[in-house]
Amino acid sequence: MKATLAVLRKDLLLELRTLETVPAMALFAVTVFVIFHFGLNRSSLSGQLAAGVLTATLLFAAMLAINRLFVAEREQGGFDAFLLAPVDRTAMLVAKATTLFIFLAVLEVIAVPAFALLLAPPGLGQAVPGLVLILALTNLAFAVIGTLVSAIAVQTRARDLIGPIIGLPLMIPALIATARGLGPLLTVHGSGAPPGKWLAVLGLYDLVNALLAYAVFDFLLED
Amino acid sequence: MSPDSHAAIELRGLTRHFGERTALREVSVEVPAGATLAVLGRNGAGKSTLLRILATLLRPHAGVAALFGEELPRRGWAVRGRIGLLGHDPLLYRDLTARENLRYHARLHAVEPERVEEVLAAVGMARRGEDPVRSLSRGMVQRVAVARAILHRPALLLLDEPRANLDPGASALIEPLIGRASGLTRVITSHDPRSALAEADLVLALRDGAVEYVGPPDGLSETALREVYA
Repeated sequence: MKATLAVLRKDLLLELRTLETVPAMALFAVTVFVIFHFGLNRSSLSGQLAAGVLTATLLFAAMLAINRLFVAEREQGGFDAFLLAPVDRTAMLVAKATTLFIFLAVLEVIAVPAFALLLAPPGLGQAVPGLVLILALTNLAFAVIGTLVSAIAVQTRARDLIGPIIGLPLMIPALIATARGLGPLLTVHGSGAPPGKWLAVLGLYDLVNALLAYAVFDFLLED
Repeated sequence: MSPDSHAAIELRGLTRHFGERTALREVSVEVPAGATLAVLGRNGAGKSTLLRILATLLRPHAGVAALFGEELPRRGWAVRGRIGLLGHDPLLYRDLTARENLRYHARLHAVEPERVEEVLAAVGMARRGEDPVRSLSRGMVQRVAVARAILHRPALLLLDEPRANLDPGASALIEPLIGRASGLTRVITSHDPRSALAEADLVLALRDGAVEYVGPPDGLSETALREVYA
């Protein structure tokens, strides 16, 4: 636990110091909403279309963070330093997934209001609790798979390509569940309650991937 | 037999490949606790590979490597906290300050926070501790790297060109920490054989990954030394 907190604290400090990742994610997401706003010439979307635009934008913004998650470890010897310490290697997985989760949460604090302003249907306010619940489960999915994918991609020369090529297909189930779950919330004066079926799918996806990540992550750090 | 009654380092037939290339070929040597092993050889001889195997960062492909009686990589977790590595890469985050980097390493190694100030002062970097590593000169970065390597009071120091970028004053400053006076078991690699031989109890000379000579420094003739670097 102490090692996890040490890596997490270091990652957040590095991001606060450099502001390399979260601002880029937020700028990307807001830009995409502006593009849709003017490209579709619509001031609001609703239902599945709105849910699809929001979910896909968050997924692509997440890829920016996923591509950078292990760059400092790779380029500045962080992997070696961590591997030299007498700590459980799972600490790195948990810390990196938590870092990514936090980055995504901060992104959504900026991106969801921007979406509301540029594209969301009226009456989004009552959908906020359901939105928060679904996005939390989505963040967990992106964070766990993203950490695994990033750990694989950073070992390759073409990490900027490998991340999306491996990561996006793996995240399609989460994308589907999130978009389907958000659809009813993003209708005009939406129901305010996310469909339980898609919450369950997201929860199961998170659980399976967390177990998978726990099982294989050690091997990704081996030479 | 207690683990500490073993040799600090025991290598038997150690072999490591990188694809088709053999980086280390059946290397055998035994280093008692407190002794210094100088690993000599030209670029690509296998010196850094050997250090990375001893640091538990690379797996041997054949043979035995054991530290303090613990066989690697199977028992690597048991010795990780006893190894201090000072390599080409300082293992420091450029955007963190020297102090933040050392605090991070102290947390990973469960070392008390006061030790950070102690080692920063020991390498003469206490006043520059709040500067980001990227703003420090190469020599200063090397001094912080020395502080990192000894922060957790290792029993074994793996030193790859430890005095690189250091002026004579800084070299003298770190001498009690990583030099012979430290009393630690040390493995030193160097392109400069004279300086390495001067502080060695044992010499391992490598050529294309194979052992050219292993034994006391005075057993290595000038001719043999020239052969190693030929």
